[in-house]
Amino acid sequence: MSYQEKRSLVSLVGTLLISVLYGVFIYQRYPTGSPETSEVFKFWGAALLLFVPVQVVFKVILYVLLNVLNTIATREEEPEIADEMDRLIELKSVRNFCYVFMIGFFLAVGAPVVDLEPSVMFLILLITFVVCGAVLDISAFYFYRKGI
Amino acid sequence: MSKWVIRNHIRKLRFHQDEMTQQHLAEKVGVTRQTIVAIEKGNYSPSLELAFRIARVFNLSVEEVFYVDIVEP
Repeated sequence: MSYQEKRSLVSLVGTLLISVLYGVFIYQRYPTGSPETSEVFKFWGAALLLFVPVQVVFKVILYVLLNVLNTIATREEEPEIADEMDRLIELKSVRNFCYVFMIGFFLAVGAPVVDLEPSVMFLILLITFVVCGAVLDISAFYFYRKGI
Repeated sequence: MSKWVIRNHIRKLRFHQDEMTQQHLAEKVGVTRQTIVAIEKGNYSPSLELAFRIARVFNLSVEEVFYVDIVEP
C-alpha cells in the first residue's frame, strides 16, 4: 500500500473517530429543558465553529504519527512533491466532497421549511461535514487504488 | 463506440536501462514513484508534458513509449 493510500485511510479513520468523540462531547453539553431559540442557535453555532479547528488539530497529530510510524516501518520518507496525479485526484475528491456538501446544505436549509426544529438544521449540517470528510477520503483512496 | 486505452512499454524500457528503478525514473521526470507505478499498470494516463519527459529519459519518441489499445465494447 502506497503512502498516499495510507494517508487517505488514516484521514478517514481520523474523521470518523473525531466525529464520534465530538458528537458525544456535544450531546453531553446540549442545553436541557426547553431552551430559547437564541440559546440553541448560539450553542450550535459554537459547536460548528469549534468542530473545524478541533478536526484540523486532530488530523495534524495523526499525520505526524503516520509519518513517524511509516518511516520506521518502511524506511520510506513522505513524498515531498505533489505531482499532476496527486493534484488530479485531489481535484476529483474535492468535486465529490462538494456534491455531497451541496445535498447536505440544501437538506439543512430545507429543514425549517418543513417546520422542523432549528437544532435539526444544525444537526444535518454537522452530519454533512462528517459525511463530506469521509467522502473526500474514500474518493482519494479509491482513485489512488483504482487509478484515474 | 470503441474505448481507447493508453498503454506503454515503460517496464520493458526500464529493464533495458540497467534495471532502472521506478524511484529513479520518478526523480528524473519529477513525479512520485506512485505515479510511475500507476502509469505502468495503465491506471493513469499521463499528461502530454509528462509523456514527453518520460520518452526523453529513454531517448525515444512518445509513440515508441506509449501506444493506444482499442478495446471494442
